[in-house]
Amino acid sequence: MSDTFEAIANIIAETCDIPRDSITPESHAINDLGIDSLDFLDIAFAIDKAFGIKLPLEAWTQEVSDGKATTDQYFVLKNLAARIDELVAAKGA
Amino acid sequence: MRIEYFQLIDRIVDLNLADRKITCEATIPTVSTVFEGHFPGYPLMPGVLLIEAMAQTSGWLVVAANDFKRMAFLASVKEAKLRTFVLPGQTLSISSHLEHEGSGYAVCNAKIRCGGKVVSDATITLRVLDFPNAEVAEEMRKLADKIGLKIEARADG
Repeated sequence: MSDTFEAIANIIAETCDIPRDSITPESHAINDLGIDSLDFLDIAFAIDKAFGIKLPLEAWTQEVSDGKATTDQYFVLKNLAARIDELVAAKGA
Repeated sequence: MRIEYFQLIDRIVDLNLADRKITCEATIPTVSTVFEGHFPGYPLMPGVLLIEAMAQTSGWLVVAANDFKRMAFLASVKEAKLRTFVLPGQTLSISSHLEHEGSGYAVCNAKIRCGGKVVSDATITLRVLDFPNAEVAEEMRKLADKIGLKIEARADG
């Protein structure tokens, strides 16, 4: 499992009081873990700070609304970790 | 301060977008129906209104940081502390620092001082959304102008 996944799983466990053991790379933040949009703001803030990035939540939400993406692409944790890795790489480029 | 209208900020004293800080001032009225109930014979500024004043101050900072193109809505309040009683007639200095601008949200650290002493502080999270319609945007611009938030040069920028 990637360091990025471990980091976001720990953030979610701490922020939302969800048992760490129940959070897996396959977990969907909304559908499986029941995280609502307000709690996700806290998670986004913690991720932004931890990785020095700005998660493009509004763009992702728009893409889902427009049918150009599925929530799985952004909110299944292994995919979220991959998106974060891309943002970190883009920042350093 | 127009408590009954939830207009808690009298004037912007300082806005520094480079440092992402704002300071506002507000004088609590000596007479208000609020004090008839809170509390009869012992009027105190309600703590929730002190928190609201910090939220509004943070909101103006975020609106200014967004070139007055978006609006801020209170989403969460953390670590709010009401350190001492605040009385009718007292003047508050309310400051806020924009700690983080995320995508569709902002996190601010706000403080209220009275007579140089910190009386309240909190971490305020705001959702940052488009104005719901042109009328609301216009009303907010009027209110901004009234309290001295200079937006003319930025409104079309």
